Amino acid sequence: MEAKQYIGEGWKHAILIIGAIVVMLPFYMMVSMSLKSQQEIQSISGGLIGAQETQTFPVCVKTGYSEETCTMKPYQYNYWFAFEKAPIPRYLMNGVIVTLSIFIIQVLVALPCAYALAKLRFYGREFVFSMVLFCLLIPVHGIALPLYVMLAQAGLVDTYSALILPWTISVFGIFLMRQFFMTVPDELIDAARMDGMGEYAIVWKVMLPTAIPALLAFAIFSVVAHWNDYFWPRMVITGNRDLFTPPLGIREFRGGIDSDEFGPMMASIVTVTVPLIVAFIIAQKRFIEGITLTGMK
Amino acid sequence: MGTISLKNISKSFGSTQVLNNLNVDINDGEFLTLVGPSGCGKSTLLRIIAGLEQQTSGDVLIDNKNVNRVRASERDLAMVFQSYALYPHLTVRRNLETPLRLRDYNAFERLPLIGNFSPSKKEKTESINQLVNKTSETLKISELLDRKPGQLSGGQRQRVALGRAMVREPVAFLMDEPLSNLDAALRVHMRSELSELHNSLKTTFVYVTHDQAEALTMSSRMAVMIDGNLLQLDTPQEVYDNPSSLSVAQFVGSPKINIFKGTADSGGTVSFLNVNLKRKSSESNTDLHIGIRPEHLEITNESNENTFSGTVAYRENLGSDIFFHVNIEDGSNKIIVRGLPQFTHQISNGSNVNIKRVSDKALLFNQAGMRVQFTNA
Repeated sequence: MEAKQYIGEGWKHAILIIGAIVVMLPFYMMVSMSLKSQQEIQSISGGLIGAQETQTFPVCVKTGYSEETCTMKPYQYNYWFAFEKAPIPRYLMNGVIVTLSIFIIQVLVALPCAYALAKLRFYGREFVFSMVLFCLLIPVHGIALPLYVMLAQAGLVDTYSALILPWTISVFGIFLMRQFFMTVPDELIDAARMDGMGEYAIVWKVMLPTAIPALLAFAIFSVVAHWNDYFWPRMVITGNRDLFTPPLGIREFRGGIDSDEFGPMMASIVTVTVPLIVAFIIAQKRFIEGITLTGMK
Repeated sequence: MGTISLKNISKSFGSTQVLNNLNVDINDGEFLTLVGPSGCGKSTLLRIIAGLEQQTSGDVLIDNKNVNRVRASERDLAMVFQSYALYPHLTVRRNLETPLRLRDYNAFERLPLIGNFSPSKKEKTESINQLVNKTSETLKISELLDRKPGQLSGGQRQRVALGRAMVREPVAFLMDEPLSNLDAALRVHMRSELSELHNSLKTTFVYVTHDQAEALTMSSRMAVMIDGNLLQLDTPQEVYDNPSSLSVAQFVGSPKINIFKGTADSGGTVSFLNVNLKRKSSESNTDLHIGIRPEHLEITNESNENTFSGTVAYRENLGSDIFFHVNIEDGSNKIIVRGLPQFTHQISNGSNVNIKRVSDKALLFNQAGMRVQFTNA
């Protein structure tokens, strides 16, 4: 390569590195703060992991633990106290139950819908599809109140159902899968019909396996959105702390007994975000394939 | 048995009429080709036979049973598609098994895991395996059984698609341009293989193609369709020698038949350019189209009242034959003449040549494009 090309490549990398730093910095802060003591956090000192001096933590003592129990290194304290103060495993499990239920039901609804919209000829198909597109335009917050009232009337507030039901029909999912199914050749479906498959069998045995990349892309959109959702769980989970999802759980650390304690709070946030990051890294290749395939976002 | 009858089949999409009152009787064990230019409705007709498309009016009878209301899967037909339409996520073996599993297993036995508890499933699986093995040996694809369709070449996919159709031993095979995705050499090779397969299976084949060469080489009868109408249904030789209309004559045969403007005088004697055919047509005192196939013309040194002359515009050397594209002197049209290489190798583009008729063969068509017969030999 000539020197000129090196400079050109260098510029590109410099810009990309700056972008990467901007994106990574909050994560760096989060991890760093989850390891340091309160003083180091407030005085912005100590670098990535701080001095890690063994000390006694006053908030811990005020909560009612003995001084002996409350004497340890900051990183130990932050993670230990996060799990002591809030049932984080329970929150994580709630998150898994809710996001997986939502995703599975969304797929059960979206695949047959998308198949019908893409491959079956029926009267009013274009109208139905335009309604799907129309529904894409409705912001969730706009219909939150009527939804809440309906759930309240049905006596479902403070249940898993309230967290799951409103999201089970994903117009985005229907739209995404419909666009993908449009690219599946009609002949494949005709062949399945000649072989003796019914329309539902075609959806699950022919369309689903060919749509795995698109489905994976949708899975990540759906899971990330509902794992991180704070707005809706905050509305429908009013009293029962056993139903808290991870973002609601983090809120437990805001305004503690006397002050905001950032160490344990950040420790809990790390615990909540790590599963998603790991899942994303595993699915990264497929995720990018799925998006280029459908040309979405 | 495998007879298929189509009675007064019409099909329209909205206001567009695609098929116009077609009547076809397909005999048991016949290789019938539906041939026509693209957009003539031949694939639609095939899909109507298959049950994938519903005709607007008319009846489809398979083995003399009306199947208008019978679903595609219950008509016991098998179809081979142009794009092969193999299940991309299944191995070749599973692709071949799929139609059998759907036919033989009941709903319970098709369930994953718990389906295996059905007492009759083992026996059925045995017979499915046997059929798959038998078919894959016939088609020489046994070593491909564990691969996915994506790992196969075009020709291999073609065989697998044929295999998937064959395992069920259907009453008839429907084929929708199955060879058009293959390269030229393989296509010619597969033609002979398909013919052999037809001979050994002795099942009815209905074959759709836009390639008249495939129709001429393989079929026992061919149906020429143009613009949703069935123009002629006969043996390939008969269609080639005796086309019923100008469109059929122009469609069948490669290179295309030459069409001259000619006349029949008051006595019915036919002539074109300066050439008198010395034969009489049944219509007199009218303009006619005279069709002469390239192999019935020859380049000659003679110049007399039976020859006409022109300039070679393009020389198409196929090795065994050379076709000369010749502009006729009066500029009226361009014709194609076949020459044998040993006699015509010295003729190049731009030469002036004389052309004579080799045999007496010529086809007459009236202004409406319908065939007109000679009255004398």
